[in-house]
Amino acid sequence: MRDARLHAGIPVKPVYGPEDLAGRDPARDIGRPGEYPFTRGIHRHMYRDRLWTMRQYIGFGTPAETNARFKYLMAHGQDALNVAFDLPTQLGLDSDHPSADGEVGRVGMAIDTLADMEDAFAGIPLDRVSVSLTINGMAAPITAMYYAVADKQGAAADRVVTTPQNDILKEFVARGTWIYPVDPSLRLVGDLIEFSARRYPRSNPVSVCGYHIREAGCTTAQEMAYGLAIAEAYIAMMVRRGMDVDDFAPRVSFNFTAWGKIFEEVAKFRAGRRLYARMVRERFGARNPKSCMFRSLIGGGGSAFTVQEPENNIVRGAYIALAGALSGAQTMALPTYDEAYTIPSAKAQLIALRTMQICAEESGAADTADPLAGSYYVEALTNAMEEKILEELAAVERMGGIVEGVRTGAVQAEVARQAYLFEQQLVSGEIPKVAVNTHVGEQPAEADREVELYAFDPRVAETQVAKLARVRRERDARAAEAALRRLTDEARGSTNLMEPIMEAVTAYATLGEICQAMKTVFGEHKEPVKW
Amino acid sequence: MKVLIAKPGLDGHDRGAKVVAHALRDAGVEVVYSGLKRTPEEIVHEAVQEDVDVVGLSILSGAHLPLSRRVLDGLRAQGAGDIRVVVGGIIPPRDVAALTALGVSRVFPMGTPLPEIVTFFAKAAEERRA
Repeated sequence: MRDARLHAGIPVKPVYGPEDLAGRDPARDIGRPGEYPFTRGIHRHMYRDRLWTMRQYIGFGTPAETNARFKYLMAHGQDALNVAFDLPTQLGLDSDHPSADGEVGRVGMAIDTLADMEDAFAGIPLDRVSVSLTINGMAAPITAMYYAVADKQGAAADRVVTTPQNDILKEFVARGTWIYPVDPSLRLVGDLIEFSARRYPRSNPVSVCGYHIREAGCTTAQEMAYGLAIAEAYIAMMVRRGMDVDDFAPRVSFNFTAWGKIFEEVAKFRAGRRLYARMVRERFGARNPKSCMFRSLIGGGGSAFTVQEPENNIVRGAYIALAGALSGAQTMALPTYDEAYTIPSAKAQLIALRTMQICAEESGAADTADPLAGSYYVEALTNAMEEKILEELAAVERMGGIVEGVRTGAVQAEVARQAYLFEQQLVSGEIPKVAVNTHVGEQPAEADREVELYAFDPRVAETQVAKLARVRRERDARAAEAALRRLTDEARGSTNLMEPIMEAVTAYATLGEICQAMKTVFGEHKEPVKW
Repeated sequence: MKVLIAKPGLDGHDRGAKVVAHALRDAGVEVVYSGLKRTPEEIVHEAVQEDVDVVGLSILSGAHLPLSRRVLDGLRAQGAGDIRVVVGGIIPPRDVAALTALGVSRVFPMGTPLPEIVTFFAKAAEERRA
C-alpha cells in the first residue's frame, strides 16, 4: 500500500471511522458555526449571508498605473483591493535613493509622498471599498497616508475599512522587509493598532501572517503555530500598553495559505480557529465573542506553482480556492498562473478572479457552512493538527517565545531547515509534483509557454523621481521639517508616534524622510544570519 | 572549494538561497551566506575577502540585470574577474541570454532541479581552481 503523509508529518490512514473520534466531546470541541470556539467557522450561516471578499494582490509602476488596474478588476467584480508596494516603499526609501535603483515600481507601486497615495486612490471612494495594504516596516506612515487620503475625500472615519498588514514579526522570519530593530519595530505595530482602534474603528490594523512563513518553507502546523504565537505576542503587547483586549482584538485579522493537501488545510484552519478562540478567552479574558474570532484571508501559495507547464497552475489555483472555501475564508486571493515568471498580466489576474468566482457561485462549495464537519477523517485530522500545532507552540516556548526566537534567528533557522527537507522530498519524488517530478513529458519550447511577460518600463522611475522632486519643491518646507523634528523628538520618548507621523504625512514629508526621522533614534536591525 | 551565496538588492525572499546553501554544504562545499539586502559592493568585497570560487546571486524582485551587472563589474575592478557568478530566482526566459552576455556563467530560473544546481557549482569551482 502506498504511504501517505501530510506536510505536518501526520501519517494518513487508508480509512477513518467513528473509532477515530473516541473520547472527544463534539459539543465542546466542534460546536456550531458562529459559536465559540468557532471550529466550524466564525459566522452562523457563513457564505449564505456573505460571500468571502475577493482581493487580488495588485500594484506596479506608478500610482496612476496601479489605479487603472484597480479599476479594471473592480469593473470585473472584484470587491476589495489588496495593494502591493515596491521594495523601496516597503523599506522606507524614496524613489531617488541610490539603493532604489532598478527597484522603483517593480514589484508594486511606488509611494514617496501623500501625493502618490492621492493618485493611487483617485476616483475610488474609501468609505465604500475595503483596502488591504501589504506594508509592514513602513505600515505606520503608509497607513497614515491612507487615512489622510480618506480624510481628504471626506470619508467618515468610522466608514474607513483598511487592513494594513503591519505584522513585523513575520517579516523578520520571512519576506525580509524589516527596517528597525525588533523592539522599536514592535512599538510601531502597537502604535498603529492603538491609533486605529481609537480613530478609525473599522480598520483592521494588523493582519497576522502565517502565509509568508509557510511560503518560506515551514510546515502547515508550524504556519499556524507561528501565526498564533505572533498574534499572542501582539495581543499581550497591547494589553501591557493598557488596552482592554476587547477594544482591539475584534479587529485583529489573519493571512494564511491553503496550497497543500485540501483536507490538511481544512483541518489546519478548524484547529487554528479553536486554539485562537481559547487563547483569547482563556489567557486574555476576552468577553466579546468577536475578539475570539480567527478572521482570515486564505489563499496565496505561489510556492506551489511551477515553471513547468504553467497553465497547470490554473488548476492548482482552483484547488486552493476550494480549500479556502471549505476552510471558512473571509477573504480570498489567489496567485496567478504566471507567478513563477513575471509580475502578473491582466489576463492572469482575471483568470484568478474568475477562478474564485466559479468556486463561489458554480461549485456549491459556498452553499452551507463547514460542509466537511462530521467527516471521520476531517474531524480526526482537526484533532491531530491541533496536537501538532500545540507541539510546535511548545517548541517556540523552548526558543524563549516567538519574539526571542525571531531575535536570535532560531525560528528563521527552523524554517530554512524545513524548506530544505521539502526540497529534498521533491528531488526524491516523495512529494509528487506533476510535470516536475512525475509525468514529466517533453517540455514545451519556451515560445509555446504562452506566458505574457510583464514589460517593466524604466521610465516609471523617471516619472516617479520627477514627481517627488516637484512635491519637495512645492510643499511648505518649514512645516515638513518641523513635523519631522517632532517625530524624531517623540521617537525618543514612548508616546504613540501616529500623531506626529500623520502631521509629517500631511505636510508632504517623504516616506524616506519619515523613515529616517525615526531611524536616527531607533537604529537599524542587524539580521541574525541563521540557516 | 568555497562559495558565496548572496542576496543583493532589496528583495527579502531567501528560501531559495538558503536551500541552495544547505544543498551545497551537504555536498561538501564550504558555503558563506551573506544574509539579506547586501549591496553589490558588499558582495564583491565579501567574495574577494573570503576568496570564493563562485558567487551565487539570488534575486526574485526582477532587478537581476542591474544588480548582476554591478557585481560582475565590481569583481572585474577588483581583479577578481575569475570568480564565477551564477544567478538564480525569478528570471524571465528573455533575460537569460542578457545575463549570460553580461558574463554570468549560468542562470537557474525558478524550477531548476536542485541536483543540477549543485553539479554546476562544483564544476564551476573546479574549473576556476584549474
